Amino acid sequence: MSVITARPSRLSRFNVASLTLGLAFLYLPILILVIYSFNASRLVTVWGGWSLRWYHEFFNDRAMIDAAWMSLRVGATSATAATVLGTLAAVALSRGQGFRGRMLFSGMLYAPLVMPEVITGLSLLLLFVALEAERGFWTVTIAHTTLTMCFVAVVVQSRLVSLDRSLEEAAMDLGCDPLRAFVLVTLPLIAPAVVAGWMLAFTLSLDDLVIASFTTGPGSATLPIRIYSEVRLGVKPEINAICTLVIGLIAVVIVVASLASKLSSDRGESAAPL
Amino acid sequence: MADDIATSEPAAEPAPPSSPVPRPDPQPPILRIENVVKTFGSFRAVDGVSLDIRAGEFFALLGPSGCGKTTLLRMLAGFETPDEGRILLSGEDIAPVLPHQRPVNMMFQNYALFPHLNVRDNIAFGLKRAGMPRGEIASRVAEMVALVRLEGLEKRKPDQLSGGQKQRVALARSLARRPKVLLLDEPMAALDKKLRESTQFELMELQRKLGMTFIIVTHDQEEAMTVASRIGVMKAGQLEQVAVPRRLYEEPASRWVAEFVGDINLFEGEVTAREALRLRVATSTAGELVVAQPVAPVAETKVAVAIRPEKIRLALRGPAADAAAAAALNRVEGVITDASYLGGKTVYKIRLDGGAVLHAAQANTARLDADGYGVNQRVVAWFTPDDCVVLER
Repeated sequence: MSVITARPSRLSRFNVASLTLGLAFLYLPILILVIYSFNASRLVTVWGGWSLRWYHEFFNDRAMIDAAWMSLRVGATSATAATVLGTLAAVALSRGQGFRGRMLFSGMLYAPLVMPEVITGLSLLLLFVALEAERGFWTVTIAHTTLTMCFVAVVVQSRLVSLDRSLEEAAMDLGCDPLRAFVLVTLPLIAPAVVAGWMLAFTLSLDDLVIASFTTGPGSATLPIRIYSEVRLGVKPEINAICTLVIGLIAVVIVVASLASKLSSDRGESAAPL
Repeated sequence: MADDIATSEPAAEPAPPSSPVPRPDPQPPILRIENVVKTFGSFRAVDGVSLDIRAGEFFALLGPSGCGKTTLLRMLAGFETPDEGRILLSGEDIAPVLPHQRPVNMMFQNYALFPHLNVRDNIAFGLKRAGMPRGEIASRVAEMVALVRLEGLEKRKPDQLSGGQKQRVALARSLARRPKVLLLDEPMAALDKKLRESTQFELMELQRKLGMTFIIVTHDQEEAMTVASRIGVMKAGQLEQVAVPRRLYEEPASRWVAEFVGDINLFEGEVTAREALRLRVATSTAGELVVAQPVAPVAETKVAVAIRPEKIRLALRGPAADAAAAAALNRVEGVITDASYLGGKTVYKIRLDGGAVLHAAQANTARLDADGYGVNQRVVAWFTPDDCVVLER
C-alpha cells in the first residue's frame, strides 16, 4: 500500500474499488483454500475448528511425498535445461541478424506458446513410443523442457533487445573474443532475465498436468497428476494442505526473485522485464 | 595563396591535387586506406575511399549523417569488413584481424560503458583481457584516472556519473591499452555546448601529450575544425576533400564542400574575361564580379563565385563606384532585409539590386559602439577579388 500512497496523485474512489475487487477476485479463493487447510473436519466444506491434522496426514502420505519430490526434481532439471537452451536461442535470434531462416526459426520457437498442450503432449507421447523410450522422470523432463524453453527465450530475448549492442562491441574492441564478450558483459547484464526465465520455467513445470500425464509412466506421477487422481475420488482436506505448501513455496520464490532483481537494480543494473 | 598555411602544418597535406610542390613523405603512414568499398544491400555506404593517416595526427572525418563516415570508422575497428580495397595498419593488411586482436581502440558514441562494472573495472577491462599483471593494471588505471581527472570516482557505477564524467571514463577506457590508433565516434555529441567546447580543448591537449593517432568522426564542422589537424569531408560514401581546416574553409574543392563548411554566398555566372591574375564573371544577380585566378585554372565558363560573409565590408556610402572599379574591388549595393545580432558578430541579409541575397557578417568590436545597420537601410557592400573563390558549377 505504501506504493499507492506514495504516488503524487491520489487514487480515486473508482480506482480503489476496482483494485479491491480485482485483488479479491484473484486472492479470495486462495485465501479460503489456505484457511480450510487448517480445518479439523474431514469434510472439506464444513468448518470443524483449527488443526494441523491434514499437514500431518500429508507428511505421512508416502505416495504424495514421492509425487511432490518427483515434481520438484522434474521442475528443477527441466527449468535448468530450458534456461540454457532458451537463452542460447534468444541470443541467436537477437544477435545473429544475418543467418538464413531466422524468421522460420523464431516462428518455430514461439509455436509451443500457442500450441494446445494436448497436442504437444500427444505428439511427444507418440515420439517416445516410437523411440521405445521408457516413460518416467526423463520423458517428463524432456517434455517440460520443450514446453518451457520458449517462455525462457521470450523473456531473455526481450532483455537482449533492449541491451545496447555496442556494449558487446566495446568488449570485443577491448580484447574479448565473442564468447568472452558474452560471458563477461552480456550474461551479467541479462542475468535477471535469465533467473526470471528459470523461475517461470520451474513454476510452469510444477503446474503442468496435461503434458505430464501424457508423457509420464507408471510409478512416476508428478504432484499435479497425483492430486488430480485423488480429487477424482473426492476432495480430501489433505489436498488443501498440499496446495497451501505449494503456494507458500511459490510465494517464497517470488519474494526472493524480486529481492534479487531489486538488489541488482540497486547495484546499477536494470531489472528483468518481469 | 594558402600554401604557407599547408607547409606551416607539421603533419599535413599528402600532396592534394592542387598542391603545387609534392613534398616527399617523411615516414610511411600509420594507416593507409586503399579504395575501400562497403555496400549494404544495394547501398554503397563507403564508395572507394583512399586515405593516408600519419602517426601522431588528429584526423577528423566530417560529413552529414549517412555519408559513410561511421561505417569507415567501424571498418577500421573491425566491426565491418570492406567489400573491396585494403586497410593497412603500419603496413600490414588488417582485413583478417578480428576486432579483439587489432591494436586500435574505439570510443563509442554512447560511450558503451559496462553498467555492471564500476569506473575502475571499466578502465581495467581491456588491460585484464591483455593479461597484464595485477600491479601493472592498478598503476595504469591510476594513471588513466589522473589523466582524465576522475580521481575519487573509481568506485562509482556508470549510472552514478554525469554525462561529462561518463565521456571521460569512456576515453580513459579506450586509451588504457595504448592503442596505435584511437577511433572516436561522435565522442561529444551527447554533451551540452559549453562542456563540448572545453572537452574539445582537453581532447586536443591529451592527444598532443600522448602523441597518439586520433581519428574522430563528427558531423559538427566547428568541432572538426577545433580539434583536428586535418579534415576529410565525406559525401555519399566518398571523400570530397582532405585538407587542413583553414584550407578547407578558404579553398573548398567543390561547391558542396563550400556550402557544407560554414556559411557562404554563391553567385552563378559566366566567365567573360580571363586576365593574367583575374577573372571577370558576369553574374545575373550581383552584376560583374572580379575574382582572383585560382591556382588550378578553371576550364569551365559557367562558374559560381563564392564569398564568405565575414569577408564582406559594409558601409552606408563606401567607395565610389569608379574608385572601386579602379582598385578592382567588387562593389554591390542593396537594402538590408534582416539583421541577426549574435553577440560576437551581426549577420545582415542584404537584398542586392541585382536580386541576390547577400549574407554579410560584421564583427562587433566595440561594446558601446551601436553602429549597426537597421532593416530597410540601404548599404554598400564591397569585397576584394582575393577573398572570392571560383567554383565549378
